[in-house]
Amino acid sequence: MEEDLNPSNGISRKAEALLSVPDRAGYFGEYGGRFVPEPLIPALEELEDAFIEAFSDSSFREELTNVLKRYAGRPTPLYLAKNASEILGGARIYLKREDLCHTGSHKVNNTVGQCLLARRMEKERVIAETGAGQHGVACATAAALTGLRCEVYMGEIDMERQSVNVSKMRLLGAKVVPVSSGSRTLKDAVNEAFRDWVTNLKTTHYCLGSAVGPHPFPMIVRSLQSVIGEETIRQCMELEERLPDMIVACVGGGSNSIGMFYPFIGRGPRLIGVEAGGIGIEPGMHSSTLRSGEVGIFHGMKSYVLQNPDGQICTTHSVSAGLDYPGVGPEHAYLKREGLAHYTSVRDEDALSAALFLSRVEGIIPALESAHALAWAFSQAEKMEKDEYIVVCLSGRGDKDLEIIERHYPGLGGECLGDG
Amino acid sequence: MGRIQEMFGELKGKRAALITYFTAFYPDEEQSYRIAIAMLECGSDALEIGIPFSDPILDGKVIQQTSSIALERGATLGKVLRLCERIRERTEKPLLLMGYCNPIYRYGTERFASDARECGVDGILIPDLPIDEIEPWRSALSSKGINTVTFCSVNANPLRIRKACDLSTGFIYCLSLLGTTGVRDELSKDVFQLVRMVKSCSTKPVVVGIGISNAQQCEAVGEVADGVVVGSALMQVVMRGGDYLSELKAKVRSFAEALARR
Repeated sequence: MEEDLNPSNGISRKAEALLSVPDRAGYFGEYGGRFVPEPLIPALEELEDAFIEAFSDSSFREELTNVLKRYAGRPTPLYLAKNASEILGGARIYLKREDLCHTGSHKVNNTVGQCLLARRMEKERVIAETGAGQHGVACATAAALTGLRCEVYMGEIDMERQSVNVSKMRLLGAKVVPVSSGSRTLKDAVNEAFRDWVTNLKTTHYCLGSAVGPHPFPMIVRSLQSVIGEETIRQCMELEERLPDMIVACVGGGSNSIGMFYPFIGRGPRLIGVEAGGIGIEPGMHSSTLRSGEVGIFHGMKSYVLQNPDGQICTTHSVSAGLDYPGVGPEHAYLKREGLAHYTSVRDEDALSAALFLSRVEGIIPALESAHALAWAFSQAEKMEKDEYIVVCLSGRGDKDLEIIERHYPGLGGECLGDG
Repeated sequence: MGRIQEMFGELKGKRAALITYFTAFYPDEEQSYRIAIAMLECGSDALEIGIPFSDPILDGKVIQQTSSIALERGATLGKVLRLCERIRERTEKPLLLMGYCNPIYRYGTERFASDARECGVDGILIPDLPIDEIEPWRSALSSKGINTVTFCSVNANPLRIRKACDLSTGFIYCLSLLGTTGVRDELSKDVFQLVRMVKSCSTKPVVVGIGISNAQQCEAVGEVADGVVVGSALMQVVMRGGDYLSELKAKVRSFAEALARR
């Protein structure tokens, strides 16, 4: 990427082209767009106008920055995982501690922004979809803060496996609506949220939680999550006086990863997105959309989709509910196609053992979503030089996953780790 | 001139067309064929044949359920086209397919257009394809003589309505309300205003659908529009099971009679 740099800003020309996407129709190259029923179009146009207007208003940006700082706990630390790095014996591993955000994940960056925007648009109600429940909790939190009514759609299966988050949302005053249609997970929760939105457009803002869906959602979510990457750049320069060699983030829909990647695009670091490899490569056994999916139209966007030969959307599997989704943000599809980021996958088992390893050697219990990124980073660090360094986006904390981790490692005790 | 234009031409000044919806392969392939024939025999002027999709975001509970069962019964786009071919052997009335983007995209829009043509399909409605994205699809379909229906919703601005009118190669489908398909007790007032606006923009036929559930609603909409679509109310009858076919026939007849009362 060193060749063909623009001398004025040091960004490669290929990457410069990227900074101009999405175009006015919401396309990132050939991906993205707006494939939704006609009644949603005026709502999406209203949202796009409101977002652009708000973001060019310095008082809105100031309010957002303030809330992120004084309420959500930003900036989050960039932490050198010294013990883990030493044990692995290769490149140093830094963790961008999004798990320390208020509500326990990066999701709050987006929900605070969207709820402030919804209030500015004079909406009285926000709705959200949630998989792991992290976005649901973050949305319920931001809604409580901004005085909006909140309803969260959540698949019945997810409600069962993430019951603590259901209780949190209820405590925060949100109504959690169980989704019993289809696969009863995140994809169907998104369907239900769209159905609600099309019925209640006047009063309601749909606070989409990932960098997916019809334009302008992927752009809005990227803009609100880019704070992760922007802070990371500053912190890297402070701590290492240069940018990292590699950046790793997990990808479900792709919000923490796009927020981390975007400010780094074309600036040198290898950007690696890690999808959920689940328990096998057969359809239905994983959620590796970019690796195994094909281009299709789903949830309002043209992007990679896990689908059968007849164009029906597949059910997916991942140990982490937050990655259990058959689509992926259109900008990731574009980054993959342009070779500006690379995508790989990590299986359930390896994510679980990375979670255990980090807990034991660093005293940090990561979300199983983030553990996918950790597992990949650990496997790469060993192969890299000691003077190189990796930043992993630790997108969330693992409290919500304790039951799953315990089920996988029955009889967890005080034994030492390190012998595998 | 295609079958759609012929139908509206013949009915012009007399009454509105009755377009009845059913989900292909619900409750199974053979029964859905019989449902189609029954609808045609009882006064349906055209059929809207639903291509089942796993994630139908504009559909309410009824069509979600019929679609998901149809998929369990083995429905694929190819098989739905063959079902259309069988129905075409029995009728010269217009056959319209209703389906979401992805199965058609995956099948290949050009291939879909020519296969649909061969199976006797006249038009297509794609609920998640707004007019901003319609162009490549519309031209592929037009090149094979398949009409593309455009949608207008009650919250559209005049510019958007004009664009939908211009882009339609079949008729204009007015969505009666903001919401998903499904049975409603009352008609929204907005739809009458919308139909007037659409009519002032275009001479193309204007059809109303979503939420039209009984004969009175059919009659009221038939006063202003060129066609009425009834879907969930009919599928609900099928879902109740038992001897649904006679109840379905009675219902279609009552809708046809209501439109003829004009």
